[in-house]
Amino acid sequence: MTIEDWLANACADADRRGLPDLEPLLVSLAEATRALRTTGWDDAAPAKPSTPAAPDPGAPR
Amino acid sequence: MTAPLHFHTIAELAPLVAAGRISSEALTRACLAEIDAHDRALNAFITVLGESALAQARERDAEIAAGRCRGPLHGIPISLKDLIDQAGVPTTAASRVREGHVAAADAPVTARLREAGAVLIGKTNLHEFAFGTTSDDSAFGAVRNPHDPARSPGGSSGGSAVAIVTGMSVASIGTDTGGSIRIPAAACGTVGLKPAWGEVPCDGVVALSPSLDHVGPLARSVADAWLLYLVLRGDATAALWPLPAARALKGLRLGVPRPYFHDILDDGVRERFAESLAWLRQAGVRTVDVAVPHATGIPPVYLHTSLPEATACHAATLASAPERYTRNVRLRLEMGRYVLAEDYVRAQTARDVLRAEVDAALDGCDALVLPTLPIPAPPIGAPTVDVGGTPQPVRQMMLRQTQLFNLTGHPAVSLPIGDTAAGLPCGIQLVGRRRDTEGLLATAAACEPHLIA
Repeated sequence: MTIEDWLANACADADRRGLPDLEPLLVSLAEATRALRTTGWDDAAPAKPSTPAAPDPGAPR
Repeated sequence: MTAPLHFHTIAELAPLVAAGRISSEALTRACLAEIDAHDRALNAFITVLGESALAQARERDAEIAAGRCRGPLHGIPISLKDLIDQAGVPTTAASRVREGHVAAADAPVTARLREAGAVLIGKTNLHEFAFGTTSDDSAFGAVRNPHDPARSPGGSSGGSAVAIVTGMSVASIGTDTGGSIRIPAAACGTVGLKPAWGEVPCDGVVALSPSLDHVGPLARSVADAWLLYLVLRGDATAALWPLPAARALKGLRLGVPRPYFHDILDDGVRERFAESLAWLRQAGVRTVDVAVPHATGIPPVYLHTSLPEATACHAATLASAPERYTRNVRLRLEMGRYVLAEDYVRAQTARDVLRAEVDAALDGCDALVLPTLPIPAPPIGAPTVDVGGTPQPVRQMMLRQTQLFNLTGHPAVSLPIGDTAAGLPCGIQLVGRRRDTEGLLATAAACEPHLIA
């Protein structure tokens, strides 16, 4: 889904739910989503091992 | 000691309590008197446990008289952010959503403090459900900064920081999902520690974003934060004597991440930070410029992680009682409903990148050092603040320097570095290696004496 389609659907849904005040927040979320998608995180991601390693207890997930 | 006893550190008070030279009851009464005198104006507490705290204090004093000292926290009045369960006491989370709640049991961190001999003096005010950085959206009214009551104390653990600097409690326990311990510590001029992720249990603490949530102490010194951290982590209190020691300052190497983290700074904050680095260098610390290459991407990653996690935590009450949230908090929680799963997953990939980049920046360094907040405490309710002639959103400013280390799980501590020309406190943030909170604390303890003239 493109960000433009997502934003239009989200604003319409918020309006339908009686939350028109959400619209400016959704616009700012759309800007953040665009930034997230265009940063190129996948290219910078550390290589993953082909077989699962033991979980890292210090990793925050 | 020249200040009243209840303004001193745990490290100073502990030997006096252990020796029976001061009583826990006297300390507790002094803190309760400060609450009586100032809390109407500052609104730091939601629940004050006067009679219960005095009963605990008398029990601790009786133990000392009988020759039993539980450790450095014995008889010390400590407050809890009202997000943390204490048996028999409401956990309001500063929200009408929680009306009628009474905790059935202590959270593990509360139980550990109790076992260590702490006197639990009350529950502090916060930004509703910890979902904000200014402590003004609270069902119990805004918390006010004691340095200027027209300003925010920071948040979300705002009441905890206020309680410490005004002598209402000797230390406090807060939570930190994007900076909520370090931000109020900096804005009020005290120490705040976010331990490494996963070290301190979050059970019995109202969750906000489970992969970002941390529990940690706010205190008057690094040594005090260290003691509290060890207790919260579950170390046996008897093993805490003697108090932990700083490492040698000379030869410490601190990495200074400048791109992004110095791009938007209030002039007063910039001056205090530069002065603090100069003092540390003069004392023998080496500094080296480092970078987090994808730092400009941090805010969207944080947003796409924290929003959907918070919304998931609140899904049931958002459906059943949406009108009981404060307006701003409800809107932000509703916003989280619209984050797409694919973008949440992208954000988790980005966290792996950022974690590796912070690890790389720390390579060869004992810690990273950066301003905790880019601005001093903002006016209560202000949506924007002026930084260098440009209006900047308060929420983004408050999270700007701290949220990265919630995403990556690195331990981080904020230390006071004095005030701006307007008399508002500033903080310096030290960030340690992953899973090495004690190494970070040893570094911070070495730096601490050189940070305020």
